Amino acid sequence: MATDTKTDQFDIATAEINKYDFRNEEKYVFKARKGLDAEIVQQISDMKGEPDWMRQFRLKSLEIFNSKPMPRWGGKLDLDFQDIYYYIKPSDHQGRSWDEVPEDIKRTFDRLGIPEAEKKFLAGVKAQYESEVVYGSLREELASQGVIFTDTDTAVREYPELVREYFATVIPPSDNKFAALNSAVWSGGSFIYVPKGVKVDFPLQAYFRINAESMGQFERTLIVVDEGAQIHYVEGCTAPMYTTESLHSAVVEIVVKKHARCRYTTIQNWANNIYNLVTKRAVAYENATMEWIDGNLGSRLTMKYPAVYMLEPGARGEILSIAFASAGQHQDAGAKVVHCAPNTSSQIVSKSISKGGGRSSYRGLVRVESGAVKSRSKVVCDALILDAKSRSDTYPYIEIEEQDVAIGHEASVSRIGEEQLFYLMSRGLTEAEASTMIVGGFIEPLVKELPMEYAVELNKLIELQMEGSVG
Amino acid sequence: MSDQEVQTDILKIEDLHVSVGGKPILKGVNLEIRRGETHALMGPNGSGKSTLGMAIMGHPGYEVTQGAVWINDENILEMGPDERARRGLFMAFQRPVAIPGVRLADFLRHATTNVRRPERREGEELLPMREFRKELREKMAQLRMDPEFARRYVNEGFSGGEMKRAEILQMAMLRPKFAILDETDSGLDVDAVRLASQSIAEIGRSKMGILIITHHDKLLENNVPDKTHVMLGGRIVETGGPELARELHANGYDRIRADHPEAAAEEEAMRQDGALQKAM
Ligand SMILES: Nc1ncnc2c1ncn2[C@@H]1O[C@H](COP(=O)(O)OP(=O)(O)O)[C@@H](O)[C@H]1O
Ligand SMILES: [Mg+2]
Repeated sequence: MATDTKTDQFDIATAEINKYDFRNEEKYVFKARKGLDAEIVQQISDMKGEPDWMRQFRLKSLEIFNSKPMPRWGGKLDLDFQDIYYYIKPSDHQGRSWDEVPEDIKRTFDRLGIPEAEKKFLAGVKAQYESEVVYGSLREELASQGVIFTDTDTAVREYPELVREYFATVIPPSDNKFAALNSAVWSGGSFIYVPKGVKVDFPLQAYFRINAESMGQFERTLIVVDEGAQIHYVEGCTAPMYTTESLHSAVVEIVVKKHARCRYTTIQNWANNIYNLVTKRAVAYENATMEWIDGNLGSRLTMKYPAVYMLEPGARGEILSIAFASAGQHQDAGAKVVHCAPNTSSQIVSKSISKGGGRSSYRGLVRVESGAVKSRSKVVCDALILDAKSRSDTYPYIEIEEQDVAIGHEASVSRIGEEQLFYLMSRGLTEAEASTMIVGGFIEPLVKELPMEYAVELNKLIELQMEGSVG
Repeated sequence: MSDQEVQTDILKIEDLHVSVGGKPILKGVNLEIRRGETHALMGPNGSGKSTLGMAIMGHPGYEVTQGAVWINDENILEMGPDERARRGLFMAFQRPVAIPGVRLADFLRHATTNVRRPERREGEELLPMREFRKELREKMAQLRMDPEFARRYVNEGFSGGEMKRAEILQMAMLRPKFAILDETDSGLDVDAVRLASQSIAEIGRSKMGILIITHHDKLLENNVPDKTHVMLGGRIVETGGPELARELHANGYDRIRADHPEAAAEEEAMRQDGALQKAM
């Protein structure tokens, strides 16, 4: 086991982050050296005291990662994989001091009305979020229903059979280069198992789970919703995610069994230096429903296309995606639905906003396998461009190998209308207020699908984006 | 008496020339409206009535090439439409635009706050929800609007009548000093026009200066104009009292054209220009 406490560790990726100067010594009890090779991967596995199958899985994934070329599509990736730390284990009392947290991040927390304890957690001041007190009773209730809700590292130790049965079955490491990377070096993330027929009637949030590793760079989340069960999981938070590393590459796998329902909601707001490359996929069995609600703000480049594979008759997939690209940001987001069985249905609604030279791309795939008769799919993607500097593109892919299907695709691109601005301004709204209101209206159909507090936070975030004071 | 005169707000349009897309439309308009007065503006289609309203309100597509618009001693042409609204100017549009996803109530709470507290800066508190809602409900009841209507998206899928009624509702909430009503009666049935006419009169009693653009006389029943102006070819060619509005409503604009051949020629030229543009 190597313990590395050199002070020049934070060769931070961009000047943007450099100016905050988060250099601080001996904050971590363990830190793997920079770079990626079999030794590092073994170290990570050792540190976690993992069973051999997981160690072998990681090593195999590393080979796959090395053999795969970088994707040639999507956004521009300037990544040096040898210049990244792949594992940092936080110490129990880790943390920069609150004074070290940049002012604009603090201001954003205030504007979002984030409680004190959460603020410190989000800013990395506290390793653990003190949720025990607040959410203790909820956790008990879940446990009494047999719901398992823990971090994935713990799950590997405590529920090895269950994890092993499903882990990497939805997204194998060979799926894409970044899925392979995550498979080799993953850490943290959530594991949820909802037993047959259990309906969790409140949104389950990552906060409920106390763990320092919940928001790592290479999270790995696995959710299994057993037959007839139901869950709404809300990942992360809408506050700006603050990390000193430049690459975030998560994998989220979901299994929705017969007659079960799962909704997965994320609103992410990354710092401007982050490459956010996430693979999210669900498989839905007979008459099961999977819904992704996915909001992306911030980051330098986000590439994220939540997918639903409808494997048995009557399965349904729904994806709502919102992307906001400001200056220096590229949101390459979209969705993927694959109809593998008869009578399956899907809907994709994508809304993107580009501002201040930002670029947003919708990239979507609708695939209907042969035999998936009477499948229905509807895609609606709307882009709103706020100024002449900004850009929006649409890349819809449709692959249909069956005749008897109904597929609809609508796309619209609009520039913020002079007439709309004038109308609102003629009633006393400033230009900024008017644009914010128009943008808010544009995403309203998605916002009203969010849990109340997330809707409020998202609206505030959009306001901040419109002021240009965040990201 | 003289004291009061000094205090009366006044909207003054001085030799106003306006071009749209480089094409001159208004060619020197003069008009003076005091708070508490009602003026009617009539004239054939395409004579420039809406253009006058848009230019006064500050639409960026309407370029003022000469002249001034004053509220008291301030030339408002330097201001954006939002500042003009905060100075007490309002226009009910002939064709209000839809704002998808924005609820009428939310928009109106923001607008009402800004106009009633002109010094408010971005991000500061809005009017208290409860107080605002109560007032909005009262005003909607007066206009015989279903309170649920406030939850709809601004002008989206509104019928012609609903749109005009929503414009009057906004005026009622914003309590402007000066209001321009651009064909607020068009698209309404007889009962709706009567209701609109009464509502405007009621709101107007709070000493508003009103410019009513109309082709009909119904709206004027409860709002007898102190003055009636006739626009032709981008100029106001005649000004009279309420009897002029009645005459034009009954007989049309032939006499006006005959009496003002120069403006009639302008009108004809503009019409041909417009027809030519449509053909291309
Ligand atoms: N937004 C516009 N774009 C192009 N032409 C316009 C526009 N607004 C007005 N015009 C032209 O200006 C002239 C006057 O129009 P308008 O002011 O709407 O007349 P009115 O309201 O009296 O019917 C017409 O010839 C019309 O075609
Ligand atoms: Mg008109």
